[in-house]
Amino acid sequence: MNTQAVGKALRTAPPTAWFGMIVILAYIAVAFLAPVIAPYGEREVVGQQYLPWSAEHILGTDKLGRDMFTRLIYGARNTVGIAFLTTLLAFLLGSILGLLAATTGGKLDQLLSRAVDVIMAIPALILALLLLTIVGTSITNMILVIALIDSTRVFRLARAVAMNIVVMDYIEAARLRGEGMRHLILREILPNAAAPLVAEFGLRFCFVFLSISALSFLGLGIQPPTADWGSMVRENATLITFGEITPLLPAGAIALLTVGVNFVVDWMLHRASGLKE
Amino acid sequence: MIALRLGLGLVTLFVISLLIFGAVELLPGDIAQEILGQAATPETVAAFRRELGLDQPAYIRYFVWLGDVLQGDFGNSLANGRPITDLIATRLGNTLFLALYAAVIAVPLALTLGILAALFRNSLYDRAVNIFTLTSISFPEFFVAYILIFLLSQTGWFPSIANVSPEMAFSERIHRTFLPALTLTLVVTAHMMRMTRAAIINLLASPYIEMAKLKGASPTAIILRHALPNALAPIINVIALNLAYLITGVVVVEVVFVYPGLGQLMVDSVSKRDITVVQAAALIFACAYVLLNLAADVLSTLSNPRLVHSR
Repeated sequence: MNTQAVGKALRTAPPTAWFGMIVILAYIAVAFLAPVIAPYGEREVVGQQYLPWSAEHILGTDKLGRDMFTRLIYGARNTVGIAFLTTLLAFLLGSILGLLAATTGGKLDQLLSRAVDVIMAIPALILALLLLTIVGTSITNMILVIALIDSTRVFRLARAVAMNIVVMDYIEAARLRGEGMRHLILREILPNAAAPLVAEFGLRFCFVFLSISALSFLGLGIQPPTADWGSMVRENATLITFGEITPLLPAGAIALLTVGVNFVVDWMLHRASGLKE
Repeated sequence: MIALRLGLGLVTLFVISLLIFGAVELLPGDIAQEILGQAATPETVAAFRRELGLDQPAYIRYFVWLGDVLQGDFGNSLANGRPITDLIATRLGNTLFLALYAAVIAVPLALTLGILAALFRNSLYDRAVNIFTLTSISFPEFFVAYILIFLLSQTGWFPSIANVSPEMAFSERIHRTFLPALTLTLVVTAHMMRMTRAAIINLLASPYIEMAKLKGASPTAIILRHALPNALAPIINVIALNLAYLITGVVVVEVVFVYPGLGQLMVDSVSKRDITVVQAAALIFACAYVLLNLAADVLSTLSNPRLVHSR
């Protein structure tokens, strides 16, 4: 797609898609500029616990006396960053294996597909809990476990998309030319499978992001003192029953980003399917 | 057709039990050593290994374990040595109660809203519902839960901690678990109604719907009498999928509301690394998930006469 087409697509984008894009850009900006925007240090204890909102502490302080606003901003960096990394890992693993399975076929395809079937027959969160018990809870382990589980979903899609491509004449031609597997996958199949995979990346990111938040909320993912939205909700949850809105803000931050990404993906899928209202 | 699907379901259950058993085998280190601590003498460890049956080869232990599980014996907890069956008995009942409670509200609600959205498609109602559902799919369960606590429990109508006990009266139990059930309802309703709407709208372009329109059937009759019966298969599928999703959702929601269910036990056991309890809970959740998917496939086959009476 050239610049002109991108411009046209953006002009005709519905308000929901615009809203989504602005939200995503804002989160990226906050994640990169966290140390500049945040008034205090991420782990710095700056006052008494549970201070109310004031000029010094815009959103008050948490149960250890750390500035809520600061931790909310650093959360953009930690939570979103880790979710992005995990999605990327799941994508690399899932799409490489999926494309390979579709191109090679035969025993390898059978083996990988059946393994994926088994993993997908167990609910993702339950499998994640089981695997985390075995390897122990830490950020690295959580990233690897979730990437592994989500890569099965990517594998399914990548394989299904590639299956329709490998039967094309130009793939046959490339095979006859004597091109290697690497060339076939990277130069012939991948460019034609890119569009659905990109849309899937957005959806996958939402799932990974929600899984990581859920695990962190359960106390099994990102651990304090690292600022993270899921565990921030858990730490300060008692305030909610007293009618305080502050602990809801990190959860709201999670929801807002997933809504934004979903709106953009919805629009992209709508465009790709050629549906016009 | 159905027999084949049932057989496939059994194979899936078998493979899952193998996977869950095998995963524990991969546990780094020796369970016996871990329980007894570093101070234990090699003789004690060896004796304890014999007691746990760890000196047997893995495949024998697998069949012994499977046989016990099928008789309802999950072994003992690593953390406190109590029989797991005692730990999970009432909790499993509580979890099923909560999931069922949510399903009883969510399924009729989602079907009604979905049919209405198909009836008034592209109206303001339809668009509002579309945005609402897309938004609620994106919300983490604990966000929905805490918003409900924030909005409703301050009024004092519903308690924010769902502590139930076996001897509690049914009405009291319904009242106490209302907020967790409502949370789960909100989480699953959106997806179900979206799919109901899509399944019905997909059919509206068919010639036989055109025919019904031309003979003067009202829009309501077209949707309810002509489109809905043919849309049943995808709708049943999505309902089962969401009930299966309730199984995962229930874990987080139970923790938020301190509800004494299986999910909460599982989360507690993960942080204690009580592998045998996690194993039992994972097996139960996974089986429920597989069985629901199986039920969905069988029911949607039954709803289609062409598949039941296949040549």
